[in-house]
Amino acid sequence: MTFLRLEGLTKRFDATLAVDGLSLSIERGEMLALLGPSGSGKTTTLRLLAGFEVPDQGRVLVEGEDVTRVDPVGRRFGMVFQHYALFPHLDVGENVAFGLESLGVSGEQLERRVARALTLVDLAGYERRRIGQLSGGQQQRIALARALAPEPRVLLLDEPLSNLDPSLRERTRREIRELIRRVGITTVLVTHEQDEAFDLGDRVAVLRGGRLEQVGTPEDLYASPANEFVAEFVGRSSGIEVVVLGSGEHGVRVRVEDVEWDLTEVNPARPGPALMVVRPEALRLMPPAPGAVTGTVTERRFTGAASLFTVVTEGGVSIEVTGPPRSVRAGEKVSIMPSRRAGGGIHLFPRAGE
Amino acid sequence: MTRRGRINLLGVVLLLLLAWLIVYPLLLVLVEGFRGPQGWTLDFVRQFLRHRNEGQALWGSLWISLASVVLAAAIGVPLAFLFGRYEFPGRRILGWLVALPAVLPPLVGVIAFLFLYGESGFVSLLLQRLLGLDQAPWELEGAGAILLVHAYSMYVYFYLFTRAGLASLDASVLEAAASLGAGRWRTLRRVVLPLLYPALGGAALLTFMTSLASFSAPYIFGGGFRVMTTQIVATRLNGDDQLAMIETVSLTLVALIALWLLRGTRPFDNAAGGRKGMAPVRVRVQSRNVRLVLGVLGWGLAVLLLLPHLTLVLVSFVPLGTWTTEPLPPAYTWRNYLTLVEDPVRARPLLNSLWLAIASTVAAVAIAFAAGVLTVRRRVRGRGTIEALLALPWAVPGTVFAIALATAFSIRSPLAGRFVLIGTLWILPLAYLVRNLPITSRAILAGFRQLDPSLDEAAATLGAGRWRTLRRVTLPLLRPAIVAGASLAFVTAFGDFVTSIVLYTYDTRPISLEILSSLRQSDVGVAAAYGVVLMAVSAVVFALGADRGSGG
Repeated sequence: MTFLRLEGLTKRFDATLAVDGLSLSIERGEMLALLGPSGSGKTTTLRLLAGFEVPDQGRVLVEGEDVTRVDPVGRRFGMVFQHYALFPHLDVGENVAFGLESLGVSGEQLERRVARALTLVDLAGYERRRIGQLSGGQQQRIALARALAPEPRVLLLDEPLSNLDPSLRERTRREIRELIRRVGITTVLVTHEQDEAFDLGDRVAVLRGGRLEQVGTPEDLYASPANEFVAEFVGRSSGIEVVVLGSGEHGVRVRVEDVEWDLTEVNPARPGPALMVVRPEALRLMPPAPGAVTGTVTERRFTGAASLFTVVTEGGVSIEVTGPPRSVRAGEKVSIMPSRRAGGGIHLFPRAGE
Repeated sequence: MTRRGRINLLGVVLLLLLAWLIVYPLLLVLVEGFRGPQGWTLDFVRQFLRHRNEGQALWGSLWISLASVVLAAAIGVPLAFLFGRYEFPGRRILGWLVALPAVLPPLVGVIAFLFLYGESGFVSLLLQRLLGLDQAPWELEGAGAILLVHAYSMYVYFYLFTRAGLASLDASVLEAAASLGAGRWRTLRRVVLPLLYPALGGAALLTFMTSLASFSAPYIFGGGFRVMTTQIVATRLNGDDQLAMIETVSLTLVALIALWLLRGTRPFDNAAGGRKGMAPVRVRVQSRNVRLVLGVLGWGLAVLLLLPHLTLVLVSFVPLGTWTTEPLPPAYTWRNYLTLVEDPVRARPLLNSLWLAIASTVAAVAIAFAAGVLTVRRRVRGRGTIEALLALPWAVPGTVFAIALATAFSIRSPLAGRFVLIGTLWILPLAYLVRNLPITSRAILAGFRQLDPSLDEAAATLGAGRWRTLRRVTLPLLRPAIVAGASLAFVTAFGDFVTSIVLYTYDTRPISLEILSSLRQSDVGVAAAYGVVLMAVSAVVFALGADRGSGG
């Protein structure tokens, strides 16, 4: 059943349309990640959800109740801010108690619920610490505890990991995911990092220019992107201009720089010019061979089990390819072929109007 | 009406209030200076141009101010380098003592100089005795005396600004200069001084404006030497109100031109200066002889700077009429202080100054707070104009404002926004309020700018309404800024002399005017006792403000 529903949300700031007719449905207990580059409207969407902004059009519904015009004070949505916005003049306990006091909780019950919230984020006994004494990661957990303590209906997270050291991010990501699962609260988070969105979101909504490009599970977005924006924004890929020649039992035949490739696992496409978006693992490197797409390795990056090679073809296109770590060196000539198991790593988007 | 519309309306209300308090009186002065009984006239301008006195006074104001800048820089900048760059015994305490002239309200500093270097001052009499002269070795009068007082009280601006500038230098910049082969002088000339320009420009502007507006020193020591501020008050006492207005306009023009010429400098921002990187380490003075010389010079300087304060304290214990020609007073008593409390006539100015200062400070804080909410937080339309209006009184000499307010509020014409306030209780707090708006709002607006707006939003998502957010989040976080702004306003209002001398009535006479009348009656002990009270209150409030202001 849909728990939280955004219906045709539109918000304009002066000349710019920040959010343009956005509709989304979020299930109870689901974690939805809003992913997009800066200026995509994801932060405005979060602020519309929190009630800091009122949409020009559209509605926000929680369990069928229209809360579009309910101010943030009455909305009972918890929020963790990008820079945490902990009250620096209050100690940890007073910060966590702040929202509970708004609900009229006091005395022993207040203390108990503060302690419970702190235990939840693994900071039991931190009540009397000053905010300035905490590390960045601890501050983030206090911000979570503070948002969760009054038991809000929805939890909103604004770029929850952007303020942490890269070395802390992955661990914190796991902790947040585990914690939110345990609480079971419906959560919307905003991020511009695809890793974060894929790791935290049950589903990911990709936004561009205030519009929803695609919403789906991380697997859906990766394997069947709805358009070239999603294909290029989600995961590593290279874009290559090709001509689709036709399809048959051998798959789809395309022409890449005067070379013809037969692609077996690819979306059907009508003949004509198209953009081919290719994941690095859907290609492989070979010794230079006549009649193959050939180029020069310009860069090799070691990523662990494999290396990522950048190859500039004779036609001047830069393509990323995964290969065995030490197979070739920068400056060497190689040929590129589609992998035998492309596994949904190649997508064709016909060029409009031709 | 939408919420946004209501907030913009509040912005308009504030804008109108400020325009009425600040711009309107100044405009009235401008208008009335050009209006005679038969309508518009240039008679008063002609009168102004014809009198040699007027030109002399304007010129006097100008060159005294320029000379004050040069003198203050010549004292303040080397001191700042000495205390900012070198380490020697007693540096800490001396560095602190050097800022002491700041706690002397202008009039109090002037009378302290009178007791020290005046005709029958300690130093004059002492030298007279030592050298066996018939009279005092000098006369403390004219431009020289004014410059002496200005140099003493205003080098502090250069000292503090330069020290702040030096402290915000990044050591790696100096190291970079050294690694590029620049010697000590080249580094100073090409790197350090250019980086200090904003601070020096700010100090120069502040010194120039302060001495252009200076009233106490020329009033007491001027003698035949004229400057515009004293000229305005004298003309007004003569009853030539409209000539006084033309004079007022001319002084305002000089102030505005100076402000425009130095428009690139930000006098108050540098003092707080943020720091990137590490500050340069102080150079420890190695040579024993140099250390000795620095120590002696330093302590000698400290004594020189502290002499006015000490003199004031000493004189405040002198009984009436007991001290005539002796270098040191022959008798001492607590009487002067007791009089201030016991004699209702003497106690009245203390109480007056207290309530006037409190009332104007509360009002200034309230207006500055409203301005902070509306301009920084709500970003209303016209916020730039509101901030400009709040800063404007800073550029206008106090005498000018006094005349402007006296002009605006001497007529009852409610439709034109004019009421008779002159001669009532309300004119002085109003004048203090207008004069204090720049410093108070500067501190409080800066506080608002440092507040993270997401703290308010966080409070809202936690279910706190507007009042609870204000009480639990906004006010506690703004407290340092409010305390700093309020303490500056209170100290200025408590010791005010410039505006009071134009606007006071017998019932509202503040401490400064009582000091003046005690001096006239040769009751130096009581005058000094008032001075000590002013000095002590200023010092305590400053210390409180600095303590709280730095985040305690």
